[in-house]
Amino acid sequence: MQRREGLAKLTGRERYVDDLPLEGALWGMTVRSPAPRGRVTAVRFRPDVNWSEIVVVDYRDVPAANEILLIERDQPVLAAAYVRHVHEAVLLVAHPSREMARRAARAVDVVVAPEPPALDFRAPPRPEQIQFGRDNVLKRLQIAKGDVEQALARAPVVVEGVYETGAQEHVYLETQGMIAWLENDVLVVKGSMQCPYYVLNALQHALGRDERRVRVIQTPTGGGFGGKEEYPSTIALHAALLALKAGRPVKMVYDRPEDMASTTKRHPSLVRHRTALTTDGRLLAQDIEVVLDGGAYVTLSPVVLSRGIIHAAGPYACDNVRIVGRAMFTNAVPFGAFRGFGAPQTLFALERHMDVIARALGLDPVELRRRNLLRDGQSTATGQVIRDGTDRIAVLERALALSGYREKQHSHAAFNAAQRSQRRGIGLATFYHGAGFTGGGEVHLNSRLQVAGLPDGRVEVLSANIEMGQGTLTVFTQIVADRLGLAPEEVVIGEPDTARVPNSGPTVASRTTMVVGRLIERAADDLRHRVGLDDRARGAAVKDAIMRWHREHRGEPLLGEAVYERPPGIAWDEERYQGDAYAAFAWAAYVAEVEVDLRTCTTRVIDFVAVQEVGKVINPTLARGQVQGGVVQGLGWALMEECKVENGAMINNQLTNYIIPTSDDVPPIRVAFVENLYPHGAQGAKGLGELPIDGPAPAILNAVAAATGADPRAIPLTAERLMEIVERTH
Amino acid sequence: MRVLLADRVPEALGLLAGDGAAIPVAGGTDLLVHWPVRIDAHDRTYVDLSRLEDLKPLRWSDRELVLGGLTTYWDVIQDERIGREFPLLVRAARQVGAIQIQARGTWAGNIVNASPAADGVPVLMAYDAVVVLESGRGREEVPLDHFYTGYKEMRRRADQLVVAIRIPRRPYSYQVFEKVGSRRAQAIAKVGLAVTRSDAGWRVVAASMAPTIRRCPMLERLLEQRVQVAHPGDLVPAITQDVSPIDDVRSTAEYRRRVMARVLYDDLRETCGWP
Amino acid sequence: MTLSIGFTLNGKAVSMEADPAERLLDTLRYRLGLTGTKEGCGEGECGACTVYLDGLPVNSCLVPTYQVRGARVETIEALDPVQLGPFLEQGATQCGACTPGVVMTALWISAHPELLETHTVRELMAGNLCRCTGYDGIVDAVATTIGEVGEGGRGKGEA
Repeated sequence: MQRREGLAKLTGRERYVDDLPLEGALWGMTVRSPAPRGRVTAVRFRPDVNWSEIVVVDYRDVPAANEILLIERDQPVLAAAYVRHVHEAVLLVAHPSREMARRAARAVDVVVAPEPPALDFRAPPRPEQIQFGRDNVLKRLQIAKGDVEQALARAPVVVEGVYETGAQEHVYLETQGMIAWLENDVLVVKGSMQCPYYVLNALQHALGRDERRVRVIQTPTGGGFGGKEEYPSTIALHAALLALKAGRPVKMVYDRPEDMASTTKRHPSLVRHRTALTTDGRLLAQDIEVVLDGGAYVTLSPVVLSRGIIHAAGPYACDNVRIVGRAMFTNAVPFGAFRGFGAPQTLFALERHMDVIARALGLDPVELRRRNLLRDGQSTATGQVIRDGTDRIAVLERALALSGYREKQHSHAAFNAAQRSQRRGIGLATFYHGAGFTGGGEVHLNSRLQVAGLPDGRVEVLSANIEMGQGTLTVFTQIVADRLGLAPEEVVIGEPDTARVPNSGPTVASRTTMVVGRLIERAADDLRHRVGLDDRARGAAVKDAIMRWHREHRGEPLLGEAVYERPPGIAWDEERYQGDAYAAFAWAAYVAEVEVDLRTCTTRVIDFVAVQEVGKVINPTLARGQVQGGVVQGLGWALMEECKVENGAMINNQLTNYIIPTSDDVPPIRVAFVENLYPHGAQGAKGLGELPIDGPAPAILNAVAAATGADPRAIPLTAERLMEIVERTH
Repeated sequence: MRVLLADRVPEALGLLAGDGAAIPVAGGTDLLVHWPVRIDAHDRTYVDLSRLEDLKPLRWSDRELVLGGLTTYWDVIQDERIGREFPLLVRAARQVGAIQIQARGTWAGNIVNASPAADGVPVLMAYDAVVVLESGRGREEVPLDHFYTGYKEMRRRADQLVVAIRIPRRPYSYQVFEKVGSRRAQAIAKVGLAVTRSDAGWRVVAASMAPTIRRCPMLERLLEQRVQVAHPGDLVPAITQDVSPIDDVRSTAEYRRRVMARVLYDDLRETCGWP
Repeated sequence: MTLSIGFTLNGKAVSMEADPAERLLDTLRYRLGLTGTKEGCGEGECGACTVYLDGLPVNSCLVPTYQVRGARVETIEALDPVQLGPFLEQGATQCGACTPGVVMTALWISAHPELLETHTVRELMAGNLCRCTGYDGIVDAVATTIGEVGEGGRGKGEA
């Protein structure tokens, strides 16, 4: 089935929040802290604008609690006496003219008495930099399996390595935007977001309004990648506060430089590996330390750390594993959700380390993977026994075959010997990604969803999960249509409006197709039962029964329902961090071929093969698009996307100097899927959205190492960094 | 903000003469970047050049190619003769931004924007281009390699307009343009190099290596004198005298110096008989 | 001050008073209600704001509105959707934020296939940033639209 809303997007008819006409609206702007830490000693309003025309909001205007509800309540909606990072929101202004609103924001001076900021997450904080707990540690987590110390002590070979990843900016092409207005006594907030119920909960909490007096509606969202998972609560609160004070609708749309500088980014990481092996490359012990920069507020750091450490030991069998992780407080702009959510960072370190191990042992990197990849019956670092029947070796072999791995290695040797300045290399990464929320997370979410039967015989899916390009509207339609034997036109996907849809959970964690899609199937079944049909009824029989039911129950709603049920046999111990971390893993092998120009040390990826097993591919075009997009986003993170930071804030906050790949910077991304139906996912599908960004960075760096003989350990591997490394090597 | 419109060049010159603070606007691809946020720029006076039709065409004569004051990068990319006779112009034009910028950006605008990382200026300079300035007080011609006097400072008075860029036609035995950026398109140069050789001698022009785009006299002399160079390092002393790269948001001085030496060496070795 | 300007917009004559500080992008989106053209960066990097000015694709975020007087402006709203089949079939759009700009540039390339003698499709599309598709869906759609020219419709480019 083709993308349902595709034509609307292709013709420019799809309307995003900034496209909506708004009568009598004011433009809202944010005044932000100039300093990374300190006490606000004064807020001065310069006479550059006529202040009587400007609506002004500060922390005192927050009705109930000056807190952005998330995991913790440490982040204020607006800074009161104290600021903890550059660009922290202090004041809001609004005016009917966007230009005047900008001038007003520009005309406020926030005066901060500075205190010593903590700006390096890798360094132990000095006493005067402690601002969270005793040691600036936002969160600690540990995974332990077997006896790592003993295995290390006895091991014939131990290989160590330290790996680093930088922050990454989402660069969704549609910036953050929100409109808020009062309709009778109901506060309505509409905008670009991934999680309408997160926004609803945050609004209720800070504004002291109950569910009947707040309504949140998602507008078509121009990209999210996690950047619109938690941040929208902040901008929604800001727009709402201005709207409540002004008594008029307020629209806030961030300019690109503001968006890049002041919203969340991927957590920077430092990962240390100490690995014990036999001389023929079998893993005996993995001792791993993961440190993340969390920035100035907790946001989602505990969960990012969690996913990061769970994936840190990789898709390999090893009896002795210790993973110790901590997320650090610093006075940086807070870091947050970004596709992969900790796994790209730790999988980069692991898969680069595997090649470092291979080189140290004189082993073929492919053989090293082959010897250690999990077979059914073996267990992960958390002790989760894998028995899904996926042939992970076959996935690897397929990637090798499609990429021409061996042939290319040979031809590269000849090429490199003959060329003065160009060097080619090929590298791989084998990895995995757990779909859905970790451990008990899905149980905790307790997602609910409805499929309504409409009087005209069509059905409507009522869920809080949103479309941001990944294909929700189309896949949901397909799932219902397939289940009930209806045509796509007979399926309506309800607008994610908290006044109408139940909380089916956030659109994150690669859960939408697998988990929510499964709820749709069960709700559709329930709908059938309610009109007296069994599971075999399809097509016209279903339509007729729905219409008949409505004739017999005029004016009543007909709702099939489903509430999340944990798949059987999944057990997770949150205290000991052991057990079945995820209901299902997707598995992958990626191969990157690069050409490095030794004169400039620029790296070009000239071929890329992505092979993955994701249960079932419900829509091949959409699935392929997810992989290709994720690979290119990973390529950018690996080679060119660098956040340059001063005082904990991004200073290259423009698209001219934060470099993402153009069409001319990437090769065609060749994609292949292996199917192995997962019984508890919709149509047998597992999660797919995040997996593709886990593999490119290590595969590319491994290829660069093969091409040049250099040993890069950090990303982004810019030309400048590679040149330094190459110089040191030769 | 005020905008003054002109249909003919003399009119535009009169407007510039009348207001020393007025800013001419051509394609807008530099001026309008982040326009809504740059509120200070909204409180100025501008002179719109976009209707000065006389300045748009490029012209060929026996002795020169003359780009008009409003000739765009796209105009040059489309001109087959330029592709044959001045291939560096096309090569550079194709690496400016992308098609949307090439369609609007002008060579003259590139010159007066005076960015040390400009793409058009190095190749013009390597072709010995001459900047033709008009004002109410008459015409002035300044060789491009003498046009810049300091960072963003140039020999253009506020009442002058660049109405043409004259490029002498001559056979070239060697010509190369290299732009090293952070990606293949839509990139600001970290290192730009334009090198030509003709009966008029060697021209070596560096961009992003100093406060201005400039010729490299020590390198040119090294080439004129056919100094034997054994490896890129042998070029470094001349490079160090000719340019002064810095660390900035885009790159580092060390990287720029190394890249310039390697790229120059690699591009010149065959022609110069180096190993 | 304001300037009285007249221009042709999607084939129709338009007259208006333009503020000197107005960008064509803002005029289209906020004054004329033509919200198909998007703003992605405000600096001419992303191409989401691409429109045709006298037949050439340009970033409307960098065009002062007063400069289109007497000129011909075309936006995504004027494109004939019949050409969009390959874009739908081959996954050229996901979130849609870059899409109108992509379509404008892509269809312009398709209308000038001679460009593929000297350029590749990827080079010509490099002024349209996309964060979702990884570009294959877009390039494949352009290649399909053009048919077999050069290397499978992708253009010969420079050697």
